Amino acid sequence: MIIGLAGNPNSGKTTLFNDLTGSSQYTGNWPGVTVEKKDGKLKGHPDVTIQDLPGIYSLSPYTLEEVVSRQYLVHEQPDAIINIVDGTNIERNLYLTTQLLELGLPTLIAINMVDVLEKTGVTIDTKKLEKELGCKVMTISALKGKGTKEAAKEAIRLAKAHEVGKRPEIFSGDLLKAIQEIEGKLDGDMKRWFAIKLFERDNKIIQDNNLNPDLKTVVEPIINKIEDEEDDDAESIITSARYEYITNLTRQCVVASKKQTKSLSDKIDSIVTNRYLALPIFAIIIFIMYYISVTTVGTWMTDWTNDVLFGEIVPNALTALCSTLGVADWMQHLLIDGVVGGVGTVLGFVPQILLIFVFLSILEDTGYMARIAFIMDRLFRKFGLSGKSFIPILIGSGCGVPGIMAARTIEDEADRRMTIMLCTFIPCAAKTEIIAMISSVFFHGSAWIATSMYFLSLAVIVLSGIALKKTRFFAGESAPFVMELPAYHLPQAKTVLMRVLERGKHFIVKAGTIIFAVSVITWFLMSYTPTLQYIDPESAAVSKSILRYIGEFIAPIFAPLGFGNWEGGVSVLIALSAKELAASTVVVLAGKAGVATLFTTMGAFSYMILNLFNPPCIAAMGTIWREMGSRFWAIFAISYQLVLGYVLSFITYQLGSFLFYGASLGIGQIVAIGLVLGIIYMVVRPGYREPVGELVNA
Amino acid sequence: MTLREVPIGSSVTIKKLNGTGATKRRIMDMGLVKGVEVFVRKVAPLGDPIELTVRGYELSIRKADAELIDVE
Repeated sequence: MIIGLAGNPNSGKTTLFNDLTGSSQYTGNWPGVTVEKKDGKLKGHPDVTIQDLPGIYSLSPYTLEEVVSRQYLVHEQPDAIINIVDGTNIERNLYLTTQLLELGLPTLIAINMVDVLEKTGVTIDTKKLEKELGCKVMTISALKGKGTKEAAKEAIRLAKAHEVGKRPEIFSGDLLKAIQEIEGKLDGDMKRWFAIKLFERDNKIIQDNNLNPDLKTVVEPIINKIEDEEDDDAESIITSARYEYITNLTRQCVVASKKQTKSLSDKIDSIVTNRYLALPIFAIIIFIMYYISVTTVGTWMTDWTNDVLFGEIVPNALTALCSTLGVADWMQHLLIDGVVGGVGTVLGFVPQILLIFVFLSILEDTGYMARIAFIMDRLFRKFGLSGKSFIPILIGSGCGVPGIMAARTIEDEADRRMTIMLCTFIPCAAKTEIIAMISSVFFHGSAWIATSMYFLSLAVIVLSGIALKKTRFFAGESAPFVMELPAYHLPQAKTVLMRVLERGKHFIVKAGTIIFAVSVITWFLMSYTPTLQYIDPESAAVSKSILRYIGEFIAPIFAPLGFGNWEGGVSVLIALSAKELAASTVVVLAGKAGVATLFTTMGAFSYMILNLFNPPCIAAMGTIWREMGSRFWAIFAISYQLVLGYVLSFITYQLGSFLFYGASLGIGQIVAIGLVLGIIYMVVRPGYREPVGELVNA
Repeated sequence: MTLREVPIGSSVTIKKLNGTGATKRRIMDMGLVKGVEVFVRKVAPLGDPIELTVRGYELSIRKADAELIDVE
């Protein structure tokens, strides 16, 4: 038996879901799309599955979440629906209810946050509501776990009896007659739902449900007549009618005994989004979060896991074990350097990621995340990102992996993808080691190099945003910034913890498998000669490894960038397993001669640019892969980074050596100028316009 | 008058929503329909978007979208 859980965002749906399912939940994506799908077994009822639907405000055809939800409800037909309604925001929540009730499925309305209502002196007449809406209405407190078991039990009963209530009549007069007329042309349990959708000219409904396309022309005169009468469009007429019904309903069923005073939430809000205080407060909160999770505690924990736990404790224990058991040498190296090294890379990030998730979950749970978007929106939407893109980019300056994961808090799919693609351009802690090495060897340690790299990366993010927004892939209106600003409340340890664990698990399992496999392969290529003799990859002997021959093979690719030697090629490849290796590898490979012998100054600069804007390390790429949730988008993102890194490095080297080192104007310079013009064109050209009336691509 | 021009701290009633498509529908779905009373609470520190109180909750929309809403 399947029970669907539907409700508005911020209605306490996740809390209820967690309460009902405990730890037995399964998270995945809806087939073909990246909207999160969660289901779990009802505690104590292994035969009952709770299907959590995305938080939605309506069943319109315009957002991915809504389309996914309604397709699920119409096609999969859960045995019952629990519609969770936020009692403190009842009008807007009941708006979705009026739509759910039209589906003709057994439905239970669970009014949440009754404890808050009691405190504020608001009473809801559930009996009357039940009578008016024609379905079972119960009150719960998802947070305190009050009434949830009873609600689940009742939903099971409704499902077993297939008890569909008497649908309330929301419409009246000529509108009702028109809808009934359309209904007359349809059949089945859901004919009312289809009739309204046809009236709204929701063409997606015809496509998705194989309705007769002629219906469209048949119903058009009926719609036109009402539209003329009301002097409004069909969608507006339906929406207004629903809200009118709800306003009347709540007038009868909801009683506020006390006069509403300015709530604590309002007081907090008047300070944290105050015109003058908002930005300083925001800066302080971000600083604290960054300071703890990226520069101090998080780094200590990550360093300890990397250097001590997987650098000493585990390898030493394994070495001891191997020698006791008499394991073959190559096997020992595979285990310790390959497997432990690989798994260590993954697990090393875990403490930092968990800490960042703790902060993010607190920001989300308190309601401040919505305010961040409110504060930053104006700035970020100029270059095709959302106010919420700020956090991933900021965290990305510590480590790209949690940065990419932080993009999860962005609801809009296009904004989220763009943020994932761009947030690793900001130099992470590992990339700063490359900058430090190049600036000390070639530029007398000038602080200008590091500073200019940060500005360059910001420019790359902004310009990429502008240019990508103009392509077909990201075109169209940016998600309408019509955003609810939920009331502030104290973060709940349980909610925060659940979210942190869930996201942490995702990272370890999914990204981990990719990183692990690639690490083992890289280790093998670095540690063996073509005749399969083991060498120490951290010594100069690496020049005999298989990787060296690969390096020689690919070196010509890097020649136009100013470093066509195998050392350069190999270090770029190795750097993909961890960016700081770009610095340490060239030091190892250059040996006594010194890094300065490997590169010209311009070549070194170009080498740095390539490593900064190339795809990030394997850990981050694995995370991109996982978070994009689609092969196309993952490949798109990584290809974009590959091409951009190469092009920027090429332009830097070709034009730099011409302008500063007296190289003659050759074919390379001309191509570079062409590329610069091309980039300028991509940024300033008029954007791609989506044909009007297109739906989101589900 | 459009919602964009309403001074902060005042209440108005929505008369008509102009525009089409997803944004308009989203605005309506959030409860901003003909006849509803809206209180303009504040504007974001950088001048956009604005924050409204409607049907007892807080909603934020951009000025560009507020311009499409006729009020009185």
